[in-house]
Amino acid sequence: MTDVQPVLSGHNLVKTFGKVVGLNGANLELYPGEVLAVIGDNGAGKSTLIKCFSGAHIPDSGEMFVGGESVTFKSTQEARQHGVETVFQTLAVSPALDIASNLYLGREVRKPGFVGKVFRTLDKKGMRAASKQHLSDLGIGTVQNITQAVETLSGGQRQAVAVARAAAFGSQVIILDEPTAALGVRESARVLQLVKDLRDRGMPVILISHNMPQVFEVADRIHVQRLGRRAAVITPQTHTMNDAVAIMTGALTVDEADQTLGPVGAAA
Amino acid sequence: MSDSAAPQHDLAEEFSSRTSPMQKIQSTLHRYPYLSPLIVLIAAMIIFTLLNERFLLPNNLSLMTQQTVIVGTLAIAQTLVILTAGIDLSIGAIMVLGQMVMANLAVSAGASNVLPIAGQSPVVAIILGILVAMLAGAVNGFLIVKLSLPPFIVTLGTLSIFTALTLILFKARTIQGPEIPDLLKVMGNAFSIGPFQIMYGVIVMLVLYAIFAYILRSTAWGTHIYAVGDDPQAAELSGINTKRVLFSVYVVSGLIIGIAAWITIGRVGSASPNVAPNINLDTITAVVIGGTSLFGGRGTMIGTLLGALIVTVVENGLALAGLDQAYRVLAIGVLVIAAVALDQWIRRVKS
Repeated sequence: MTDVQPVLSGHNLVKTFGKVVGLNGANLELYPGEVLAVIGDNGAGKSTLIKCFSGAHIPDSGEMFVGGESVTFKSTQEARQHGVETVFQTLAVSPALDIASNLYLGREVRKPGFVGKVFRTLDKKGMRAASKQHLSDLGIGTVQNITQAVETLSGGQRQAVAVARAAAFGSQVIILDEPTAALGVRESARVLQLVKDLRDRGMPVILISHNMPQVFEVADRIHVQRLGRRAAVITPQTHTMNDAVAIMTGALTVDEADQTLGPVGAAA
Repeated sequence: MSDSAAPQHDLAEEFSSRTSPMQKIQSTLHRYPYLSPLIVLIAAMIIFTLLNERFLLPNNLSLMTQQTVIVGTLAIAQTLVILTAGIDLSIGAIMVLGQMVMANLAVSAGASNVLPIAGQSPVVAIILGILVAMLAGAVNGFLIVKLSLPPFIVTLGTLSIFTALTLILFKARTIQGPEIPDLLKVMGNAFSIGPFQIMYGVIVMLVLYAIFAYILRSTAWGTHIYAVGDDPQAAELSGINTKRVLFSVYVVSGLIIGIAAWITIGRVGSASPNVAPNINLDTITAVVIGGTSLFGGRGTMIGTLLGALIVTVVENGLALAGLDQAYRVLAIGVLVIAAVALDQWIRRVKS
C-alpha cells in the first residue's frame, strides 16, 4: 500500500516575483482518488504553488511530476495536454460566449471530413450535445440552454460551467482555486458536492480554500502552506481546525512523523 | 420526451414570472445584436421614402450601395479589430498607402513624372499593393503584441507614419484615371440587374462580409477573436494564444484594407493621397452603429454592414429631403451616441 505513486507531485519548487518570494522550496504530493486541500494564510504561496501545476506560472527551479513523468509547463495549454485541468479563481470563462463555446474554448472540435478540413467549420452541434452531457454528468441540470451566454448565468452556474469544463477534459488531476470564495451558502454546497462527485468518479482533486469547515468537510488530506513551503500535511481525522489554523500561523509545528505525507490509510 | 420537457417548463415559468417587458426587449437585443441596427435601417428607409418618393427609386438605391462600398469594406477590418477590444485609427492611411502603391506600380512607364517602379503589370501592382497593406497591418500588430502598447496609441502613431510615408514615397502626386490600367479600375464598373446598377466592388464587399461572418461564427479563430476581446486573461488561461490571435487579426485586417484600396481606385476613378480624409472615423461610426461593442467581444459582421448602410441612408435621405450637410453630420452624431448608449444598456442584461 505504501508504494502508491502520487499522480502529481512537486519537489523543491521555487518561484520568485522580483524580490517577493512566492515559493521557497515547496513540496506537494497528490495521491490517486483523493481530495487534497491546500490551505494557508494570505501570501503563503497557495495560489503560486497550484499555478505552477496549472501552467500559469513557470517555477524558477524544482521538479514537477505528473503520473510519474517529469514535466515542465510553459503554458496552461501544456498542463492541459498532460491532463491537469484548473478551475481558476477568476473562472477563466468568456462571458459573451455561450456555455458550449466556453467548455470547448481553446480546443474546439471541427466537423469531420472535407468541410472541417478545408473550411475549418466547427462542429457546433456535436460540441453542444457533448457539453450538455458533461453538465448533466455532474448533475448540473439547472442550466436550461446550452447556447446561453455565460454572462446571463448566476455565479454558481458559472462556477458549474468552469468545473464541468475541467471535469470533461481533466484526465489526471483537477485543481480548484477558491471555488466557493464568491458564492452563497447554497451554491457553495453544490460546488462541494461536485468535488465529492469528482472524487467518487476516481478523479484526484486539489482544492485551495480559505474556508476551514468546507476543507474539513471534503478533504482527505490537508496540505498546510506557510511562508512559501509546506508546513505540514494533516487529515481531518488526526487534527482539528484549531490545529490547522495554528500550523498556518506558525503557532504549532508538527513533527514529520506525525504528518500524513503518504496516502490516507497507507500509514495505518 | 416528458423527462426533458418537465424541468424546462418549470424554469420557463420562473423566468417569465420575473421578467418585465423592458427586460424581454433587453435580452432579445442581447441575443441578437444586429436587431437594433436592422430596426433603425428599416425605420430610416420608411421615413425617407415618406419624405421624398425619389428615395426608393432604383437609381438612388444603386447609388447608395456605391456610396457605402469604401466605408463598408474597410469596416470589416475595423470590426475584426474592435472585436478584440482594439481600435484601428490607421485604416484610412493604410488604404491610401495601398492604393498609391498599386497606382504608382501600374501607371505606364512612359507617362510624365512617374517613379522608376512604374510600368508593372496591373496584376502585380494589385498583389503588391495588398501585400504592403498586410505588412502595414503586421507593423500595427507587432507593436501592439510585442511591445504591449495600446492599439489606440499605436494606430494613432502609424496613422501619421503611413500617411507621411505615402507622401514621401509617392511625392503626393495624384495618378489620374486615364493613366491607370483598366484592371485597377474594374471594381468601379457596374452591371445591370433590371433597373439596378450593381458595382463589382459592391459584390466583392458583400462576398467579404459573407466570408468573415462565416469565419466569426463557425471557426475556432472567430471564437478566439471574441474570447480575446471579451476577457484576455480568461482567454489566455483557457489555452488560447492571445498574442497570435491579436497579431493575425491586424494582418488579416491589412488584407481587407488592401482589397478596399483596389475598390477605392475603381470607385473614385483615380488614385490620390487625399482621398476620403474622414474614413477612419466613418468606419468606427459604422461599426458602432452596427451594434459592435467598443469594449470588445460583442458584435457581428451583419451588424456592421447594416451600420454602414444606415450612415449612407441617413446622409442620402436627409440630402434628398433638402437638409443641409450640417444636419446630416448632426444626425450621424446622434446615432452614434444612441448606439453606444443602447450597447451599454444591453450589456447590463441579467438572467
